[in-house]
Amino acid sequence: MSDSPTITEAAKRRTMTLNMGPQHPSTHGVLRVLLELDGETIVKASPDIGFLHTGIEKECEVKTWQQVVPLTDRVDYLANLSNNLCYCLAVEKLLGLEIPPRAQWMRVMLTELTRINSHLVWLGTHAIDIGAMSVMLYCFRDREEVLKIFEAFSGQRMMTSYFRVGGLALDAPRGWQKMITDFLGSFPSKIDEYENLLTNNPIWLQRTKGVGHMALDDLLDVGATGPLIRAAGLAWDIRKSEPYSGYEQFQFEVPTRTESDVFARYSVRVAELRESVKIIRQAFDGMPGGAFQADAPGVVLPEREKMKTQMESLIYHFKIVTEGFGVPAGEVYQTIEAPRGELGYYVVSDGTSKPYRVHMRTPSFGNLMTMPSMLEGRLLADSIASLGSMDFVLGDVDR
Amino acid sequence: MEEESTGLVSDCKQMISEEVKAMRVVQAVEACEGALLDGSIARGELVLEIASGLIVAVARLLRADSFVRLSAVTCVDLYPMEPRFEVVYQLHSLERNERVRLKCKLSGTDPAIDSVMGVWRSANWYEREVFDMFGVVFRGHPDLKRILMPEDWTGHPLRKDYPIHGHKYSYQNE
Repeated sequence: MSDSPTITEAAKRRTMTLNMGPQHPSTHGVLRVLLELDGETIVKASPDIGFLHTGIEKECEVKTWQQVVPLTDRVDYLANLSNNLCYCLAVEKLLGLEIPPRAQWMRVMLTELTRINSHLVWLGTHAIDIGAMSVMLYCFRDREEVLKIFEAFSGQRMMTSYFRVGGLALDAPRGWQKMITDFLGSFPSKIDEYENLLTNNPIWLQRTKGVGHMALDDLLDVGATGPLIRAAGLAWDIRKSEPYSGYEQFQFEVPTRTESDVFARYSVRVAELRESVKIIRQAFDGMPGGAFQADAPGVVLPEREKMKTQMESLIYHFKIVTEGFGVPAGEVYQTIEAPRGELGYYVVSDGTSKPYRVHMRTPSFGNLMTMPSMLEGRLLADSIASLGSMDFVLGDVDR
Repeated sequence: MEEESTGLVSDCKQMISEEVKAMRVVQAVEACEGALLDGSIARGELVLEIASGLIVAVARLLRADSFVRLSAVTCVDLYPMEPRFEVVYQLHSLERNERVRLKCKLSGTDPAIDSVMGVWRSANWYEREVFDMFGVVFRGHPDLKRILMPEDWTGHPLRKDYPIHGHKYSYQNE
């Protein structure tokens, strides 16, 4: 690290260099932070990322359009369906596909479940970082219910790949209504349980109130998005400002706080859990019937039965499976509100059956850039609370 | 088919349409003479091509014109075409709920462009990533070094002439 202070420099300044990570339980993945300390105060914090770099963007360029979907799961492995959705929306925009209402509402319902899943993992691990061990057990207990729903829908608990270009991979499984109603019936009281454990807990308040403060302008300037921005007082949510997948038909609030500290970020995310429940309930109550895939024979695989009995369908099936489908030349930047903030897919097509370039503007990458400003000049003991409040996933940072 | 054959870059210099010219963003950019090379709206997204030498001046104008967010910086490699690299800036105005994409074309030999870090601090890691993955140098960036690949790595993986499988054993010094 060329920017890390050498021992002699540090000695002159009477500071100590502390290496946090790459494997540290509180860094939520493989993140290395070089901390230069003056006593208990952090003088300089230099994040070192790239340990989870897997070259997904390069890999996308040799897969067909549909084959990229499973790769997007692996970008942010706690918000896999959000990534599926953003990519599919981008490609559908290039193709000019119209997605039937049932698929759109299913997508909304499942991405909100993803938000709950992601926030629960965040809350559990964040609380454990700060020392509240039991919250993690509650969060992971309830997250399991969400994962069971994902498993019923897609066959996978985490790497779902359930959304496809043109709609969904399959229609909703038998008995999905019961799973969702059970979840909607029990989950709101579980949120109360977490709040009982934390919101008025004096230790929690002492560790989080006034910690990791950053001004809104600073946050916007260094590229933060999502709950970090909302905890600083700006009600900016892409679901409201640039609605996609039918979000304009749902009623929900955008929770904001003004303190912009670790506690404000916590309470924004907990409020978002409740809003997500509201959205899921609306999507469930009003779930339209009909097709779950677009009427686009050249893009969407034909039904199995038709493929076996009709020549046309067989030809389409063969073409899609062997060479994929072409996407008109052009480019699109599609953004959605992922659990962590603005997720953007910049997709460039040259007209062939493979993407020419896929760039993922991931929320964690932007949020992690706030680290030096959030840690420097503050106490080492607060760094863990501040780091946790950024809510980054290292797979999402490194891609 | 005519349109398809042009593929990624428009071969002929197009006239900027009146619709594009009427936009407030475009008028803001035109305050910097010679900066706007091309502009178009495709699929509802505004794309402006900017002369690469004037990117910082344009960035300052747009930042003053309410584009406080630099959402991302990335690059597209058009190998073997020349100019080879297209540096792409995704800007976002919260106030007007508007997005615009700036593009700067760079040559394949020693691609370099001025850093916009003085305008938006969020350019920091994005520019480092483009440098790491494409080898585009950002002049004036205070800390331009690899960000995702190991520091001793050779080559720039997202270039089109970089193979998808490793072409040589990379841990030479072990």
